[in-house]
Amino acid sequence: MNENFTLNCPVPIAAYEKVLLAHGGGGTLSQQLIQKMFFSQFNNPLLNQEHDGAIFEIGGTRFAFSTDSYVVQPIFFPGGNIGELAVNGTVNDLAMCGAKPLYISCGFIIEEGFPMNDLQMVVAAMKNAAAKASVQIVTGDTKVVDKGKGDKIFINTSGIGVIEHDVHISPVNCKPGDAILLNGNIADHGIAIMSARENLSFETSIKSDCAPLNSLVEKMLSVSRNIHVLRDPTRGGVASALNEIAQKANVGILIEEEKIPIREEVKGACELLGFDPLYIANEGKLLAFVAEEDAEKVLIEMKKHSLGKDSAVIGKVTNENLKTVIMKTSIGSKRIVDMLSGEQLPRIC
Amino acid sequence: MKYLDEFRDSTLTKNLSEKIEKLTTQRWTIMEICGGQTHSILKYGIEELLPEKISLVHGPGCPVCVTPLEMIDKAVAIASRENVIFTSFGDMVRVPGSRHDLLAVKANGFDVRMVYSPLDAVNIAEKNKEKQVVFFAVGFETTAPANAMAVVEAARRGLKNFSILCSHVLVPPAIEALLSNPQTQIQAFLAAGHVCTVMGYEEYVPLSSRFKIPIVITGFEPVDILQGIYLAVKQLEEKKCEVENQYTRVVLKEGNSHARKLLATVFDIVDRPWRGIGVIPKSGFKLKDEFADYDAEKIFDVASISTKESSLCIAGEVLQGLKKPYACRAFKNNCTPEHPLGAPMVSSEGACAAYFHYKKVI
Repeated sequence: MNENFTLNCPVPIAAYEKVLLAHGGGGTLSQQLIQKMFFSQFNNPLLNQEHDGAIFEIGGTRFAFSTDSYVVQPIFFPGGNIGELAVNGTVNDLAMCGAKPLYISCGFIIEEGFPMNDLQMVVAAMKNAAAKASVQIVTGDTKVVDKGKGDKIFINTSGIGVIEHDVHISPVNCKPGDAILLNGNIADHGIAIMSARENLSFETSIKSDCAPLNSLVEKMLSVSRNIHVLRDPTRGGVASALNEIAQKANVGILIEEEKIPIREEVKGACELLGFDPLYIANEGKLLAFVAEEDAEKVLIEMKKHSLGKDSAVIGKVTNENLKTVIMKTSIGSKRIVDMLSGEQLPRIC
Repeated sequence: MKYLDEFRDSTLTKNLSEKIEKLTTQRWTIMEICGGQTHSILKYGIEELLPEKISLVHGPGCPVCVTPLEMIDKAVAIASRENVIFTSFGDMVRVPGSRHDLLAVKANGFDVRMVYSPLDAVNIAEKNKEKQVVFFAVGFETTAPANAMAVVEAARRGLKNFSILCSHVLVPPAIEALLSNPQTQIQAFLAAGHVCTVMGYEEYVPLSSRFKIPIVITGFEPVDILQGIYLAVKQLEEKKCEVENQYTRVVLKEGNSHARKLLATVFDIVDRPWRGIGVIPKSGFKLKDEFADYDAEKIFDVASISTKESSLCIAGEVLQGLKKPYACRAFKNNCTPEHPLGAPMVSSEGACAAYFHYKKVI
């Protein structure tokens, strides 16, 4: 910053004396909080991998370890519930490290007065999700908090998985020329959640895409050893995931608007609410950065899988405009796809 | 998607771009009034498709941007009261006041809620009769009818705990103010399609003839905007100054008569301050005296708030099309979407935010 510049901001929110919701939104503010608060304190080589999980070696075998907390509202939504999400989320974080998920832990924070029936439904969904993803829930913890001190139920899951191949998957490994593959329609989860919120009375047939991606990743790895990065674009959507990778790997990313699969209903809901689907959460999607020569065969393999029928190559890695994501728009011009600063806010008109 | 894909068609945009190129013989400066149009122009990279001789400047039609600082401070003061549920459209909650924004008020434990319709706020009032429910009624002629309807509906339901903090502004007086500025470089306007959907475009005719300037009522999709520019350039090249309607699929000359009647029932036209611009005569709405019980400014004692704008922010000049966002010393340095100094950096419709997000390197 220019030294002559006197900071004369009338808005002391710059100091952030308190945590704002936007600090958890997956955008720039979340990044700043993680970097300045957590990374600076916990600093170690495994954490500094900045991956979906930490990858480490014990006795000659590589493992991945990951954790995630779930505070979704409403807890039941079209296409799933918080329990299913909690299992699949951690399964997917491990899969994005190229690991085969093995064991999951779960911690429940339950608000006093939460209906036992609802809890049963959440737990049953977790059981089914674990079976579907071939993982076992092997340890857990339960806390109940006073009514009003929590919002129904929060779940944390952690997981451990084994890496049974020698492919090194990491955000820093993508290279100019890599093709960027996506396994289907974006923004289903975020829109399904919004449609289920009380204050939004729009009806839609859109369901959350919540699903375990480990078997898809296994298939992809069976046909190519040149998968450089895997990332599930959850909170913050495809745009935030791509920006994070472009920044960490110091590359440019060019995507094409017309190649990005999206359902008509989702597009319509986004138009109506003033949201950009590129920033909306997914829970069963992955972005794969694959060496150009292997892109076609990985794409064919993805399309054979039930979670990859609508897979597409949506763009490529470049060595221009480093640390930046650029999109070729549907009308043929180019624009930046930036990191979102906080949460997406619905517009006035 | 039907009714959208047609207006984002790359062949149509290419054809229009070529037609504009062919038509243009000299430099022209055109202002798009509406922030929604600014957003589309930057989001779709429309300037890339225009000849270098055509310069687009961005107008004051971003409701978030022109809501006076004093009004945001009043909102913050009202929202920071124990017995209040303060409701607002999403993008108002992050606009910086002198000290706080509404999100910070929420983080401090007060009840600030984002709603998608003013009628949602009326419903919240009905369900929470022990609380005062206030809706932040901002925006142009586009949002005013729904807000007027909320007041009428609250009256019909006999609600005593609902009010609006009214900060509505009107487009034609702003056009007049911009054109009356001797420094103005604007040679033609793209008027805001959605404002005209409500109000029609009869009131633009005297402006066009008085200031000898083409005004084209324009929509919001890439094809709309390019066609609007084409019609404006055609008039400029032919030395015409008329009001033309590009957005014929939505806008009628007389507008929406039902909505206009409702506005006339609920609101009086008054002088209003515009953030960054100043007071523009007869440029806004206030609630009529018979609806005073629904006027948050009258219910809550917030009259004595003094405010101070950032001395670095040049939002006023940006909003008048006199300067581009990157001409501001604070742009991207002290002023970012995370730490906005001025409102145009907050809303996705604000010119500064649109430049920040979409136009860093290209």
